Amino acid sequence: MNKSLENLRPRLEVRSLSTSFGTPEGRIQSVADVSFEIPAGQTLALVGESGSGKSVTSLSLMGLHARSARPEVAGEAWFVRRDGQRVNLLALPETEMRRLRGNEVAMVFQEPMTSLNPVLTVGEQIAESVRLHKGLDRRAALARAREMLDWVEIPAAAQRLGEYPHQLSGGMRQRVMIALAMACEPSLLIADEPTTALDVTIQAQILALMGRLQKQTGMTLLFVTHNLGVVAQYADHVAVMYAGRIVESAPVQDLFRAPSHPYTQGLLACLPGMARRQAERAGGADTALLPTGPAGRHRLVAIPGQVSSPLAPPPGCAFGPRCGHREAACELTMPELRALSGQRQSRCILSNHEVTA
Amino acid sequence: MNPVPNTHAAPPLLDIRGLSKHFGSGPHPVRAVSDVSFSIARGETLGLVGESGSGKSTIGRLITRLLDPNAGQMLYQDSRQGPTDLASLSAAAYRPLRARLQIIFQDPYASLNPRMRIRQVLGEALDTHGLARGAAREPRIQALLQQVGLRPEHADRLPHEFSGGQRQRIGIARALAVEPEFIVADEPLSALDVSIQAQVVNLLGDLKEQLGLTLLFISHDLDVVEYLCDRVVVLYLGRVMEMAPTATLYSRPRHPYTQALLAAAPVLDPTQRRTIIPLKGDLPSPAHPPSGCVFRTRCPQAEARCAETATPLREVSAGHWTACWRDE
Repeated sequence: MNKSLENLRPRLEVRSLSTSFGTPEGRIQSVADVSFEIPAGQTLALVGESGSGKSVTSLSLMGLHARSARPEVAGEAWFVRRDGQRVNLLALPETEMRRLRGNEVAMVFQEPMTSLNPVLTVGEQIAESVRLHKGLDRRAALARAREMLDWVEIPAAAQRLGEYPHQLSGGMRQRVMIALAMACEPSLLIADEPTTALDVTIQAQILALMGRLQKQTGMTLLFVTHNLGVVAQYADHVAVMYAGRIVESAPVQDLFRAPSHPYTQGLLACLPGMARRQAERAGGADTALLPTGPAGRHRLVAIPGQVSSPLAPPPGCAFGPRCGHREAACELTMPELRALSGQRQSRCILSNHEVTA
Repeated sequence: MNPVPNTHAAPPLLDIRGLSKHFGSGPHPVRAVSDVSFSIARGETLGLVGESGSGKSTIGRLITRLLDPNAGQMLYQDSRQGPTDLASLSAAAYRPLRARLQIIFQDPYASLNPRMRIRQVLGEALDTHGLARGAAREPRIQALLQQVGLRPEHADRLPHEFSGGQRQRIGIARALAVEPEFIVADEPLSALDVSIQAQVVNLLGDLKEQLGLTLLFISHDLDVVEYLCDRVVVLYLGRVMEMAPTATLYSRPRHPYTQALLAAAPVLDPTQRRTIIPLKGDLPSPAHPPSGCVFRTRCPQAEARCAETATPLREVSAGHWTACWRDE
């Protein structure tokens, strides 16, 4: 097979993913009409605030919703397997999905303490996965586990192998999670807020580690996060979610240089770090010139209001009630996610020309 | 000895000296706060930054005496009682001072009684200090709600009917109810989404200006601290590493820990991608802190002498203190 052609195909192509859950108040549409693709070896950041549907999207792809939540998942998610076969993750029988999950498609969760098994040693948990998927015997699997701990830079790996999750620090636990996810050399890794529970110096360690592993293995990464700093530093392409839908999608540099959707604009403008960068650009590079006293302090540009309840979505655009550019037409129908120039898309009737930051 | 910025002629509103707090007994108690000294001028916003286990929240709870210190002084220039050492007061003697010093908590979900309507939440604070009795009660509650950007009808609702940002506004209203002059804000933004954080930051800034408050802002978010604070104290493992006016600290950090902390925060600009050289290893156990400088086990520039004796804070320029030997 032609290697370069292989690389041009998206590793994952999601089409019109929709997920709803049954609640006593009725069905809640958590994710609607989500489409994106990730070229092999690249990183797509899925960004959004609480309730935007970014985690539900990742769990839908993995088929990991609790049955008690009465999920209904629609749409397609085409994944290219190692052997070149293209499969729809959302339509695979559970037995097939089990063969892929933790093997070719792996996931790293936000909270390593609740996603590791507290009564199994770190070594046993990693070994279990390679025994299951690679058919290794116990001894070979443990050797592989040891190798994995070395690979994710856990000091004294041989000793850690026999320890339980509670004996490890938060950063070490997240390294174990990554070792576990990487043990079967997945070609697609879904990382759901992998550094959110960690301190900033430990976050830097984990991000450096994930970057190195991606470079070494060429894996494709779907990175779910609310942290725009992390997005700026690590993503190739960004999809911004609001109230269950992608509202903007763009290459990372374009998104930060000129956000197109009013929500993205607001999200970037309300960050104090962004306000400072803007002030620096306007008033010279010296940070000492920035106002520090209460009298001279600029107010942050806050997005007014809050996300509306999924049980009572507003008519038309979901962001409409909080949007400063709102027009009468915004309340008529939900805007389509339209293609703009380059590889950009925006779900706003004003995107194209008028709306610029 | 005690690092008080000499730019302020008047005595600081709060002057903390040698503050320590240990948890647990036995040979190895957890040393959450060890010999911490700093001061806050009236009307100042002081940022207290550090990672988990740095002792920043413990300090906030010691000042508000939700915890009792093991050692040290906290000299408070009370407008009514004159200078008072908060550390040596009995719980009963501290009680009237609670109307002067208030705290806003991190988790707006856990810090409101789920069965109390907002009118009761605010009313309880007023009752405790005998404020706004009788006919003055309702107008005061309405004024408080308005002050934090809530509507009059919100007084009759229960906490679960509010979003996280609104609950944090209620927490702020409750703190303001007793007309404090000093507010400890302990990670007030951490549980909130970024678009809501900006609303609360603006609210805190506005209230501080309108009411002439003094604010101790405890946070791990370096960007917000830079935006909001006049001066910053950097903590590591219960000790002060560096202390400086905000602009100085962010543009010329002197302590290797502050430098690493600032370098580790991802820059919001994809055109400026940098390879961060992360600090090695984890935070040492506060029950077994390293000898000498507590940061030396992770410090990229550690030398033999760092293990021998503790590194006292020294002033490198006006108001800029660092707990490191090295000059550059």
